[in-house]
Amino acid sequence: MLVIPCPHCGPRCEIEFSYGGQAHITRPEDPAAIDDETWADYVFMRDNTKGVFLERWVHAHGCRQWFNVARHTVTYEILASYETGAKPPKLDFETQV
Amino acid sequence: MTQSFRLPEGGLIDRGRRLGFRFDGRDYMGCAGDTLASALLANGVHLVGRSYKYHRPRGILSAGAEEPNALIQLGEGARVEPNQRATQIELFDGLRASSQNRWPSLNFDIGAVNNRLSRFLPAGFYYKTFMWPASFWMKYEYIVRHAAGLGEAPRERDPDHYDKTFAYCDVLVVGAGATGLAAALAAGRSGARVILAEQDSVLGGSLWSGSGETIDGEPASDWIAAARTELEAMEEVTILTRTLAYGYFDHNFMALVERVTDHLGGEAGALPRQRLWKLRAKQVVLATGAIERPLVFADNDRPGIMLADACRTYVNRYAVRPGKRAVVFTNNESGHLAALDMAAAGIEVAAIVDLREDPMGPASERAEAAGLRVVPGSAVIGTRGDRRVRQVQIARLNAEGTQALAAGETLDCDLLAMSGGWNPSLHLFSQSRGKVRFDAGLGCFVPGASAQAERSAGACNGTFGLNDCLAQGFAAGQQAAKDSGVKSGRKSAAAPRAQNHDFLPARWCWEVPSDKPAGRAGKAFVDFQNDVTVNDLKLALREGYESIEHVKRYTATGMGTDQGKTGNVNAIGIVAQIQGREIPDVGVTTFRPPYTPVTFGVFAGRDVDGLLDPARKTPIHPWHEQAGAVFEDVGQWKRPWYFPKAGETMHQAVNREVKAARDSLGIMDATTLGKIDIQGKDAAEFLNRVYTNAWAKLAVGRCRYGLMLNEAGMVMDDGVTSRLGDAHYLMTTTTGNAAPVLAHLEEYLQTEWPDLDVHMTSVTDQFATVTIAGPNARALLAELAGDMDLSSESLPHMSIRDGRVAGIEARIARISFTGEMSYEINVPASCGLALWQALMTAGAKYGITPYGTEAMHVLRAEKGFIIVGQETDGSVTPIDLGMDWIVSKKKKDFIGKRSLTRPDMIKTDRKQLVGLLTDDPKEVLPEGAHLVEGAVSQTPVPMLGHVTSSYESPNLGRSIALAMIKGGRARMGQSLQAPLANGKTVACTVTGPVFLDPEGTRLND
Repeated sequence: MLVIPCPHCGPRCEIEFSYGGQAHITRPEDPAAIDDETWADYVFMRDNTKGVFLERWVHAHGCRQWFNVARHTVTYEILASYETGAKPPKLDFETQV
Repeated sequence: MTQSFRLPEGGLIDRGRRLGFRFDGRDYMGCAGDTLASALLANGVHLVGRSYKYHRPRGILSAGAEEPNALIQLGEGARVEPNQRATQIELFDGLRASSQNRWPSLNFDIGAVNNRLSRFLPAGFYYKTFMWPASFWMKYEYIVRHAAGLGEAPRERDPDHYDKTFAYCDVLVVGAGATGLAAALAAGRSGARVILAEQDSVLGGSLWSGSGETIDGEPASDWIAAARTELEAMEEVTILTRTLAYGYFDHNFMALVERVTDHLGGEAGALPRQRLWKLRAKQVVLATGAIERPLVFADNDRPGIMLADACRTYVNRYAVRPGKRAVVFTNNESGHLAALDMAAAGIEVAAIVDLREDPMGPASERAEAAGLRVVPGSAVIGTRGDRRVRQVQIARLNAEGTQALAAGETLDCDLLAMSGGWNPSLHLFSQSRGKVRFDAGLGCFVPGASAQAERSAGACNGTFGLNDCLAQGFAAGQQAAKDSGVKSGRKSAAAPRAQNHDFLPARWCWEVPSDKPAGRAGKAFVDFQNDVTVNDLKLALREGYESIEHVKRYTATGMGTDQGKTGNVNAIGIVAQIQGREIPDVGVTTFRPPYTPVTFGVFAGRDVDGLLDPARKTPIHPWHEQAGAVFEDVGQWKRPWYFPKAGETMHQAVNREVKAARDSLGIMDATTLGKIDIQGKDAAEFLNRVYTNAWAKLAVGRCRYGLMLNEAGMVMDDGVTSRLGDAHYLMTTTTGNAAPVLAHLEEYLQTEWPDLDVHMTSVTDQFATVTIAGPNARALLAELAGDMDLSSESLPHMSIRDGRVAGIEARIARISFTGEMSYEINVPASCGLALWQALMTAGAKYGITPYGTEAMHVLRAEKGFIIVGQETDGSVTPIDLGMDWIVSKKKKDFIGKRSLTRPDMIKTDRKQLVGLLTDDPKEVLPEGAHLVEGAVSQTPVPMLGHVTSSYESPNLGRSIALAMIKGGRARMGQSLQAPLANGKTVACTVTGPVFLDPEGTRLND
């Protein structure tokens, strides 16, 4: 069970959170303007990264805020957490893997 | 029976507190401080069970958690527990236990015939034999299941209760032997918050197994007592005895189980039986010790053949002589230590058979000086004795140690103490994802680099000398405290000092040679619990199972309740030897939690019965109960399903309720509908984006039905949202979906549209909602709502108004899920019951009738209204439901809009919502029934869809059904068949989904 650093509440146990999948997937500005494949890619397709993965969590049983986490999918190490909308911190993604 | 094998003095037992216990129907006495195993040995009982497969007599092998043989059935009745290790059960007065896997008795066991038949029961026997014919497997399985297994599970409900608790600490020290105590002292002195967890009832670990050890010049027992006193005086230190750290998970999350009252023997009182600790430690020090290895030779499993260090433990800690005349068989110094302690306790040591050509080391020197007979360069190659070892056969080995020369002398004995070296307890380290490595000098696996904030110290780290253990534990405790961020205020004293007694040098000999060809000698057991012999390993390798993981699965070595604590490394060594590979190349099998079995009850904790899941009840619930309502669970809510009158069946009650709502007046508790208060200047824009229809023009005081989709275009919820003010809305959701809908809205608000000024909160529990429906609803409300104008001009269908009802501040919405004139009256939750009672009293003249969810379902189905989750299943679009009228064509975007034009979404053969009328109006289709075209003459028949809702409609005087049918809207009037499970086929006709009042005149009026 992970310890997740909520940017608002500090480190808390995983049971307080819900997972939200890959981060930094922006909803297309004008869905009508894009083709079916691009739309399906947005709705259904996600990366399955071995290494540092930027993902979304929500502090469901806490402040109810969504935020982003950089987590290593092999070691489960959490390298950073940051607010929704913020840029991911500079991480050495290559050597982390 | 007297404790004839009890030593007159010494040991960690209280001879003044004698405890009576019963094993296999026979009464014995033991002492406080005994385990069941030590108490049995004190009474000369070695035979305690029959083995898993061959039903061979088995005795007590060890003195700890690694015990593979002495698994017993503890307790009686509802409190019975199978497969408990006699070596870890603390004795209490009145303890009841019995042996396992024998019938009719331990001494005379029919299943022992398997031992004679063993030639026909090799590894994989069950796999190979019970393969064909496949249809017979069920029969085979029944027989196999009865033949296999050890103890019997309890048949009654567990009468005890269990607790769970969370804890946090700077430093967790696992194991309170010399190393763990030194670590806890060092960490505690630095001011860290320390938890010291020890599975044993006492602190000190293997120090109690030894004799004459001194630490800092004091006897070890005094040092342990002083350490405990010092630790107990530290405010930030918690000592948990009888607490097993059984699992090491991510981010230093550790699961521990504390046996709170097991040792009291049913005198639990208010205390739980066991407690689960969910512990998060900043730093962990593993001081879990090591487990001695057996030697693998022919017939090495007879009762009376024990691990050498276990013999020491029984002599020194429990003051028990495990035999009268012992032979020691060893490949290292540990056997000599055991021989010395046994001799000192008055056990005759016939010989120390040492695999080493030239035994040397401090213990063997002492043994020699004490005049004990040492037989070097030799091996035990066989044993005799039925229910107890009585003779061992020894032989000299060739210089390489690969072959036994001609059998030499036989020695009489009733105890054979063996030592094959030591295995560090790597279980927790390995669970933490640390990789182990093989240390050829120590002849065992040791921890490699740490994967988490953890360090191993002492014997579990491959450090065996006492002085080295103390130094390493102390340093680990200091460093762990420092790494946890504690700034030490005190200068810590130096590490405790003692003498080192290493078990090296050793001569590794994984399979002890025999003088007989393979298969001719007795069985040489590698894994006692699973009856896996050297020959089974060889067979597995011959049959092509090369990976150690495959060997494990084929032979079952390392499985079972002991998970191969004594057998695994021997198995790996033997496999390496046969394959001609190095041990590191063979590798290890995965260590999995729990370290030793953990009872299910502790995982359940208090979360049983009524506490398993919260039951949510409305403020009107007590009234429903008094009225005799039958409840159904909707999410966590208890909702009245129907209100039967005396003598009424469910069918009769529901029909009466449905008729009442159509003909005069029904009343329903709608409190459970999810309610979300939405405010902010962008609230209308927000609703526009999350619902399929348009919201910008909804006037204050008006309500609108909305359909909510997910991004894939599938219906996820529906409900009515009312505009209460310029920037204030009240959204209702389905009962079961309130929390997911709020989470969905929050997600989009926070992650996609943070620029919108919108705020939301759940107000489900703040309001009680009562629905009155039927032709007399307006008349009743008029009577109780003072001078409020209820005319359709003032309060038309789909509008909302604040007012007072029966003197209670209320929000009145004219909306309808029944198709009748209907009002939903929202009042503060605390006034819900008062409102209900006022309505019931005033409504009596209209025959006001409470109706439950079943009648509600019938009423809405008559109108063709969908229920999300009944008509929909996550793969249904609004178009499929025929609800394109609610999908805005003008809005540029809303959640799910783009998906509705994906190629799959616009196929004409998608399942669509239709009505179904059975040809026989009395026939009610079962929900879930499949529908096909034409006669069912041959299979497979293409399936067109299924019935989603089906009821008898008392208002229509016939059955009605809703269904999702492929291309359904193009099939109006078509005849379909519903073949039922009972073989009957029901003919029906496709219709529109609205059966009653399609113009909606009843509710608009």
